[in-house]
Amino acid sequence: MNTILEKLQNIYDSFYNAIVPEQRYLAYINGLKITLIISLFAVLLGVVIGVIVAVIKVCGAHTKVLIVRLLGKLCDLYITVIRGTPLMVQLLIIYNLIFTSRDTNPILVGTVCFGINSGAYVAEIVRAGINAVDSGQMEAGRSLGFNWLQTMWYIILPQAIKNILPALGNEFIVLVKETSVASVIAVNDLTKNAQYIGSRTWDLIPPLLIAAAIYLVIVVVLGRLLNILERRLAKGDRH
Amino acid sequence: MIVTKQLKKAFGNHEVLKGIDQHIKQGEKVVVIGPSGSGKSTFLRCLNLLEEPTGGEIWFEGVNITDQHNDINKMRQKMGMVFQQFNLFPHLSVLENITLAPIKLKKNTREAANERAMELLRRIGLEEKATAFPNQLSGGQKQRIAIVRALAMDPDVMLFDEPTSALDPEMVGEVLELMRELANEGMTMVVVTHEMGFAREVANRVLFIDDGIVKEENEPSDFFSHPKDPRLQEFLSKVL
Ligand SMILES: Nc1ncnc2c1ncn2[C@@H]1O[C@H](COP(=O)(O)OP(=O)(O)OP(=O)(O)O)[C@@H](O)[C@H]1O
Ligand SMILES: [Mg+2]
Repeated sequence: MNTILEKLQNIYDSFYNAIVPEQRYLAYINGLKITLIISLFAVLLGVVIGVIVAVIKVCGAHTKVLIVRLLGKLCDLYITVIRGTPLMVQLLIIYNLIFTSRDTNPILVGTVCFGINSGAYVAEIVRAGINAVDSGQMEAGRSLGFNWLQTMWYIILPQAIKNILPALGNEFIVLVKETSVASVIAVNDLTKNAQYIGSRTWDLIPPLLIAAAIYLVIVVVLGRLLNILERRLAKGDRH
Repeated sequence: MIVTKQLKKAFGNHEVLKGIDQHIKQGEKVVVIGPSGSGKSTFLRCLNLLEEPTGGEIWFEGVNITDQHNDINKMRQKMGMVFQQFNLFPHLSVLENITLAPIKLKKNTREAANERAMELLRRIGLEEKATAFPNQLSGGQKQRIAIVRALAMDPDVMLFDEPTSALDPEMVGEVLELMRELANEGMTMVVVTHEMGFAREVANRVLFIDDGIVKEENEPSDFFSHPKDPRLQEFLSKVL
């Protein structure tokens, strides 16, 4: 009986140590902030890259203009490389190769890297969204005198984006988890800060469990919000 | 206004249009009829280059639009098109559907475009639908909005591809009525339709397309009462 109480007391102590002294809870909050910032900006960058790449690919598939077809092939290559190599390796390459100067902001590096990575996945989502828009929309736009790009921008993309909004939300949720590997390039995100606290208390498991719990809560809550949004959107277009 | 010279169109090996020579004059109403799959839509869609012809030339208002050097987008602003499936923009309100092209293509300021759109909506009795979205409209309303959307660009010619074929029977009348009004105002029109009554009443000229060519053309009364081509006789006996 005593030993069980003792065990519980030990567990309580180690979690207490992982949270309270030296305002360690602030480290989790700050880490979470950075995790969310990197995820948010990465997904925004990913959407920008993804939309551009998707539009080039769709255009390349329809046009006879050689340069656009070549650009389309280039986009294929980008998608293949990004999806065919581990995220961690991409992160290390971009960190060490492209941002060589030591005083580069690791948060920026993380954002750019995850954005570039995310762009490849978002591109495929956007492309599917574009292809799902009825072909009559392109014809209607062209018949009014819009050129291909204008029709894409004013008519096709708004409809495509609306259809894929849930998938983009999902990409954000995926990024919240995936950005934890950013800790290898000295980004003080949630994972990194948890590790740091563990190194201070000589007890790594409690802070990691706490970090895991925070990730879980965020992911579950975001998932719920996304479901609500999805239902709203579905209600909006009863065709 | 529109001249086609030996207009040809093939999809792969499938030759759909085998050389069509037509001259559509200002103010003329031309109705195109023919069996399913005969190339009526293809002919109409070639006129504004939604389909790229594989042979021949198309001249619009004295410009060879099949010549790559001419800006087809500019030309299309002068050629309104109405589709069987309406193709309204579902993400935009009725008003925005009508004003998008005039505003973005810098034909009108936003104010002027809105004013013109409301004037057009009033004309078809749908001004209270200005803020509605397409999915809140009936088929007949959708198609009339689609016609008005094309009119907002002040086109010189209107192309209609079976504008009433996707409608419930009770809504066909309101769309034909609007087209009749347009015709009376002197709009140049090319209409693919199965509505023989409309053709008889409104057309200056009826074309029968079959086997990729214009098999017969005539003014409507002779066209319908004294068809010469046996294929046309057979076709009319089925649809009349
Ligand atoms: N994009 C395309 N690719 C391949 N074949 C096509 C294409 N569009 C049309 N066709 C073919 O061309 C032929 C003519 O089609 P079109 O749509 O012009 O006929 P239509 O006279 O309008 O018929 P309907 O009365 O059914 O509308 C058909 O055999 C059709 O299968
Ligand atoms: Mg057709």
